[in-house]
Amino acid sequence: MISANLSALFYLVSGVLFILALRGLSSPETSRQGNFFGILGMIIAVTVTFLSTGNFSSGFIFVLIFILVGGSIGAFIAYKIPMTAMPELVAGFHSLVGLAAVFVAISAFLNPEAFNLGKPGNIKLGSLIEMSIGAAVGAITFSGSVIAFLKLQGIMSGSPITFKGQHPLNAIILISIIVLIYFLCTTQSSNLFWILLVVSFLIGFLLIIPIGGADMPVVISMLNSYSGWAAAGIGFTLENTALIITGALVGSSGAILSYIMCKGMNRSFFNVILGGFGATDDASNSSSKEQRPVKSGNADDAAFLMKNASSVIIVPGYGMAVAQAQHALREMVDTLKKNDIKVSYAIHPVAGRMPGHMNVLLAEANVPYDEVFELEEINNDFANADVAFVIGANDVTNPVAKTDPQSPIYGMPVLDVEKCKSVLFVKRSLSPGYAGIDNDLFYKENTLMLFADAKKMTEDITKNL
Amino acid sequence: MEIDPLIFRLSIFILSIFVGYYVVWSVTPSLHTPLMSVTNAISSVIIVGAIIAGLSGNSDSVFNNSSIFGFLAIALAAINIFGGFLVTQRMLAMYKKKKKDK
Repeated sequence: MISANLSALFYLVSGVLFILALRGLSSPETSRQGNFFGILGMIIAVTVTFLSTGNFSSGFIFVLIFILVGGSIGAFIAYKIPMTAMPELVAGFHSLVGLAAVFVAISAFLNPEAFNLGKPGNIKLGSLIEMSIGAAVGAITFSGSVIAFLKLQGIMSGSPITFKGQHPLNAIILISIIVLIYFLCTTQSSNLFWILLVVSFLIGFLLIIPIGGADMPVVISMLNSYSGWAAAGIGFTLENTALIITGALVGSSGAILSYIMCKGMNRSFFNVILGGFGATDDASNSSSKEQRPVKSGNADDAAFLMKNASSVIIVPGYGMAVAQAQHALREMVDTLKKNDIKVSYAIHPVAGRMPGHMNVLLAEANVPYDEVFELEEINNDFANADVAFVIGANDVTNPVAKTDPQSPIYGMPVLDVEKCKSVLFVKRSLSPGYAGIDNDLFYKENTLMLFADAKKMTEDITKNL
Repeated sequence: MEIDPLIFRLSIFILSIFVGYYVVWSVTPSLHTPLMSVTNAISSVIIVGAIIAGLSGNSDSVFNNSSIFGFLAIALAAINIFGGFLVTQRMLAMYKKKKKDK
C-alpha cells in the first residue's frame, strides 16, 4: 500500500503523459510515440490504483477478470473494424465512457464510504454535487452517443426527427435536471438520484434525434467533449488528478473539434444543436426544380480527359466512404502518376461523417499524407489545375455558397472546384446533397457528370487509362 | 485560514483546460480522427474510479449492490482503453510519407 500523497504524484505523472499523447498528434511522425505515452500513462494510473487500495483479495482477481474480458472485446473490435466504420466506432466508444461514468457515480452514491465521501444518506455536499453532475453528463453522453451510433450505422434514419414543441420540451427537461440536482443535494434522497439519471438519459436521446446525418461531425465532436466533462465530474468526486486533467483535456479537445466543424459549415453551434437543417428549405428547392441540361459521360471520356491533363485534384467525400472506393481511387492515381500527371487530394473540413474521416481512409489506401491537403492549403490551386475529380462529395463543392445569399449554405467555405479547366463529378444520380439544394456545378459548361457507383467508375477509368 | 483542497483541484482543472486548448489546436487536421479515438481511450482513465468501486466489497461478498456497478464500469472502460489505443495505433501506422522518387 502506498501513501495518498505518493499516488497523487503518480496520477499527476499519468496526466502529464496524456498531455504528451495529444501533443504527439501535431504531426504523423511523432504521433505513434504519443500513443505510446498515452498507453504508459494508463498503465501507471491503473497500477497506482491497485497499489493504493492495497486490496489483493478475491475482489482483485475479479477486477483482473473484468479488465481481461473488456480488454479482449476492445482489442477484437479494434482489429476487426473496417476504417470506413470509424465514425460508428467512435460514437460507440463515447457511449461506453458515458455509461462507465454513470456506473461509477451510482456505485459511489450507494457506497460513499469506499470513496471517503461520507455515509449513505449523508454524503458530503460538494461530492454529491460533483457526483450528480458527472452522472447526468455521463447519462447524456451515453444515450446521445447511442442515437448517433444508430444513425451512423443506418439502423435509424439519418434524417432529422422533429416534432412540435420539441425545443420547449428540451428546455423544460434541462431546467428540471438542475432543479433535481438542487433537491438531490438538499434531501440526499436516492429516489431523486434515480429520477435524475432517467431524465438525463431521456434528454441525451431527445437532443440528438433532431440532428441530421451530415451534421454528425459536430455531434460526434460534441459527445467527445461531453464524455470528457463527465470524466472530470467523476474526477472531482474521487479527488483524482489524473481524471480531472484528462477530463479537461478531452472536454476542450471535443469543444475545439465541434468549433472547427461548425466553422466548416458556416453554422453556429446552436443552429446545429437545434437541428432540423435541410427540412424546411422550400424557397431554394422550388426555384431549382426546372430541368437544366447536364453533360454526362462514361469512363472512357473521363480517362481521355485525365490522360491529357498535367495536373489533377481529387475531391473525396462521404460517398467515397460509402462505396469503399478509396483503394480503387488509389490505383487510378497510381496509373495517372505513371503518365507523369501531378495528383493531389483536397479535403474539406466537414467531408465525411467525422473530423479527419477522409484522411484516415486515404491513409488506409496507402496515399502518402503529404499529397493530401486541407481546404485553405489547396483552394488556390484549382484555378491552375486541369481536372478536378469529385468523388462522393457534393455540398462542399457547391459554388452557390459563394454567390447566392438566399441559399441555406451561403457563406460556407467551399472548394473552388469550378475554377478547374474541367470537372469530373462521380455521382449516382442528380439528387441534391443532404442540404437539400441543387449543386450549380452539375450544370456548368466544363462539368462532365459520371453517373455510376464511385468504386465501379474509378475501376473502369483505370482500365481505360 | 486553510484553503479548501477543492480550490486546488479546480485550479488543476482550469489550467488543464487551457493546456488542452493549446495542445489540441496544434493537432494537424489530418489526424483529427486518431485524436478522437485517443481522447476516447484516455478518458477511460475513469477505470480508476471503477476499480475502487469494484474493490469496495468485503472478502465475504465480493459482489454487493455497489461493487457490481464498479465491475460493470471496469469492463466498459477496459473495452474503451484497449479498443481506443489499439485502433489509434492501427490508424497511425497507416500514415506514411511519400516514398522518395527512384
